[in-house]
Amino acid sequence: MFNLTLTELATRLAQGDFSSVELTQAYLDRIQALDSQYNSFITLAADSALEQAKLADELRKKGQVGLLSGLPIAHKDLFCTAGLKTSCGSKMLDNFISPYNATLVERLNQAGAVTLGKTNMDEFAMGSSNESSYYGPVRNPWDTDRVPGGSSGGSAAAVAARLVPACTGSDTGGSIRQPAALCGITGLKPTYGRISRYGMVAYASSFDQAGPMTRSAEDAALMLQVMAGLDPLDSTSADQPVPDYRAHLNDSLAGLKIGLPKEYFAEGLDPGIAQQVQAAIQEFERMGAQVKEVSLPNTELCIPAYYILAPAEASSNLSRFDGVRYGYRCESPVDLEDLYKRSRGEGFGSEVKRRIMVGTYALSEGFYDAYYRKAQQIRRMIQQDFLTVLKDVDVIMAPTTPQPAFKLGEKNSDPVAMYMEDIYTLSLNLAGLPGMSIPCGQSQGLPVGLQIIGSYFSEAKLLNIAHQFQLATDWHQQSPAGL
Amino acid sequence: MEWETVIGLEIHAQLSTRTKIFSGASTAFGAEPNTQACAIDLALPGTLPVVNENALRMAVMFGLAVNAEIGKRSVFDRKNYFYPDLPKGYQTTQLAEPIVGAGYIDITLDDGETRRVRIHHAHLEEDAGKSLHEDFHGMSGIDLNRAGTPLIEIVSEPDMRSAKEASAYARKIHAIITTLGICDGNMAEGSMRCDCNVSVRPKGSPTLGTRTELKNINSFRFIERAIETEVARQIDLIEDGGRVIQETRLYDPDKNETRSMRSKEEANDYRYFPCPDLLPVIIDDSYIADIQKSLPELPDARKQRFIDEYQLSEYDAGVLSTYRPQADYFESVAKHTQDAKLSANWITGELAKHLNQHDIDITACPVSTEQLSGLLLRIQDETLTGKIAKTVFEVMWNDGGSADEIIEAKGLKQVTDSAAIEAIVDQVIASCTAQVEQYIAAEPDKRGKMLGFFMGQVMKLSQGKANPGQVQGLMKQKLDALT
Amino acid sequence: MSLDKSDIERIAHLARLDISEQEVPEYATSISSILSLIDQMQATDTDGVLPLAHPLDAVQRLRKDEVSESNQRERLQQNAPAIEDGLFLVPRVIE
Repeated sequence: MFNLTLTELATRLAQGDFSSVELTQAYLDRIQALDSQYNSFITLAADSALEQAKLADELRKKGQVGLLSGLPIAHKDLFCTAGLKTSCGSKMLDNFISPYNATLVERLNQAGAVTLGKTNMDEFAMGSSNESSYYGPVRNPWDTDRVPGGSSGGSAAAVAARLVPACTGSDTGGSIRQPAALCGITGLKPTYGRISRYGMVAYASSFDQAGPMTRSAEDAALMLQVMAGLDPLDSTSADQPVPDYRAHLNDSLAGLKIGLPKEYFAEGLDPGIAQQVQAAIQEFERMGAQVKEVSLPNTELCIPAYYILAPAEASSNLSRFDGVRYGYRCESPVDLEDLYKRSRGEGFGSEVKRRIMVGTYALSEGFYDAYYRKAQQIRRMIQQDFLTVLKDVDVIMAPTTPQPAFKLGEKNSDPVAMYMEDIYTLSLNLAGLPGMSIPCGQSQGLPVGLQIIGSYFSEAKLLNIAHQFQLATDWHQQSPAGL
Repeated sequence: MEWETVIGLEIHAQLSTRTKIFSGASTAFGAEPNTQACAIDLALPGTLPVVNENALRMAVMFGLAVNAEIGKRSVFDRKNYFYPDLPKGYQTTQLAEPIVGAGYIDITLDDGETRRVRIHHAHLEEDAGKSLHEDFHGMSGIDLNRAGTPLIEIVSEPDMRSAKEASAYARKIHAIITTLGICDGNMAEGSMRCDCNVSVRPKGSPTLGTRTELKNINSFRFIERAIETEVARQIDLIEDGGRVIQETRLYDPDKNETRSMRSKEEANDYRYFPCPDLLPVIIDDSYIADIQKSLPELPDARKQRFIDEYQLSEYDAGVLSTYRPQADYFESVAKHTQDAKLSANWITGELAKHLNQHDIDITACPVSTEQLSGLLLRIQDETLTGKIAKTVFEVMWNDGGSADEIIEAKGLKQVTDSAAIEAIVDQVIASCTAQVEQYIAAEPDKRGKMLGFFMGQVMKLSQGKANPGQVQGLMKQKLDALT
Repeated sequence: MSLDKSDIERIAHLARLDISEQEVPEYATSISSILSLIDQMQATDTDGVLPLAHPLDAVQRLRKDEVSESNQRERLQQNAPAIEDGLFLVPRVIE
């Protein structure tokens, strides 16, 4: 049962092989039995999950079936879920019970999904290893001495460990794709604005994008179908039609033009990863794709630009956590300034404080032009690089990460080394483009992710390519030893 | 030394929208604390703003009314600072690309001279909540009902040279925004608030002196007094060898002094940057043209029309066109009575006096235009003397009723029966022998003045009801017959 | 760009973060190294490049001026650390 994909489970539920209550209970039991090894969940929502499952079963009897009726999923703990804790992996929100549902949560509920719980994450989605969570690090199911990646590390580990068939995640600089790669699962970061941000606690507003984390491209298509679409509550959500993502999964890849950016295959890339990605490209060539080398000349500017813009937005977005209306408040503040400084100083962890300070500095008087404005100009140059290349090729393929999963604590003390983890992923957030990571092999016994990058709103194409690869290979079906 | 005063004003006007600028919560005044603060207004994690079209429309109306360039592209920025009445930790405002660009208005001073005051720009922003300082065990209470109420901030150039000019400018802005119906103009409730930037310089000096900012002044009278007080303070300070420091000062109307607000004065660094949750607002020519067509008649145009159409004096036309409800009231009465001069006299006289005494806005006036018109018609047809009409008005104000009903009930009808008047005249002549003798003895050209005494006696005996014209004619005729 | 103790203290104050005396050097070091990473971009000529605030060339949507929110005070204040008479309590605000 636990090796079935979301799509397969949907069929089994429809056939009446088991009920949603049985399925949900089985997953809840499994999480309780195994998650102490991974720490992938912050909150388990057993009671409400079983209620949702029961309702889905009842509706099914009446013939009312949604796309995700009775299927268990879990949400990254930055999506607001009414009545459930929404902590963002932070002490700041350890006591925060959201009074409302994020739009994405509402849509998944409407489609019949069952929420098993909330997954662990880097605090406020700031991190690439899931070590900055107030609730402790998440461990990679492939090797529990290693990190699962971040910031959606709990979601990635939970799907990899078969604790849940699918999760939501969010991606600001690679936070869906990088942990998906490190945990050997399928992760999709859609085009910026494809999925509503309303109710997703903001890290960097002009970068943040929610997406599905699943065991297959077919499942990602199913999840995206429900999650995508215009939301009147989010000014930045895209007013673009939502295609039938599953209708194009089986399109032929003959004639597909793939670009390989030379800058992404340069120094610093793990040879095992390079080899696996090359092998995957050859697989596409066998399917009739044409491959050519392309160039994204401003690649090395991505990290500088991102680490100005994202912290700047974050420094402002996180000002609302002030101990006044919700969230952590320090003991006996002597005055207003004390209330602010200690509530925030004690409520935020060190990486969050570091990024708030970097962002505050970048926006402060006298530095705006040299940092913020300059970074915005570079952002456009990076976007232009991609648009130029994507005129010439249909998709770009590259490794998702420079290395496979690293050891816990290995990069934790060096923020700059940690930031380099996102070198292949955050360019897409700067440009707002969609990207996917799918398993394409192993290096040192650890999963390797292939990144597929497309034009704006080309999710259907990306899912088609990923699905065809998964039909031809079985990397996505590999599971960690013992699972 | 002779000093010149330089003043610029920043006026905040709350827009009369039904809902907040970025949320669907009501803006109605006077609700229970925090009952009109929704999840967005409270800055709950994950919430996002969407711009209220009506707020934008009203800002464009203002721009068109002050001859300004309309920003076809305008951008919202964040102004970052911590304060408990500011839930997000930033105010969403417009800095570099406001909705209203440079414009101007003409103000008329008491001596009839006109001066042009340039408007630098006007921008949309959100209001903050309120801190209540009643004693909550040494704490302050925060009410966020007002948070997110749309404001337009109107920034003038430093074009005013006296307190009188500043208040005339403020009055004119008030007239424009109330005429447009975009603000209720209630300064006591804070719907319109005024900050004055004041500096002095030696007359003829081309450079500006150091300015201070007088915050949140809530009446036209206080604008004048606050500026006068501050100008005197600055001149005294400089003449005593001191130096004005740039700071924010608070005007205390009870003590008639300004004092430094040092607590708010620490080096502010607002770290403005474009709000990433909102996109550029783009409007086209047809949107602007539609609003232009729907604009009501503005105070200047109405004043001119009152002069042309009703032959009102410059002064009366100015007074009556300033406040739209009063101007509407006047036009209604003037149309009814077909006597603009009489209508104007009563509205700027007796009616205004009563409204002032009782501190009532004309929109809540207990005497309707129909009632006042009915009264004036009875003056016109000589049913009432001017004096009795005031008595009728008093009854109308206090107890209601039409002029005819009151005249009937109180027997106030003017006596025009010549026999009755003659009887009273004869009675007066018979009883005032000494005065009659003096009249006879007087030089003919002095007698006119002496007639007043006899008139007064007749009016007294008739309880004011005798038609004064008839009395005068008959009395003169009878007395002259005795000489 | 290298930050010293006073820079960290100034930024921490602007951001209203209580940073202990012992933490200051650690932040000075790590933030300085982040800034030197960032400063790589200073060598790039960006003259004439329009800043990009948003990845999509989209325009703000406008909302109708209709009341859509009812009074939810009780529900919305459930997470509040200190409430009295429907007000959020904070240490005294000095005007």
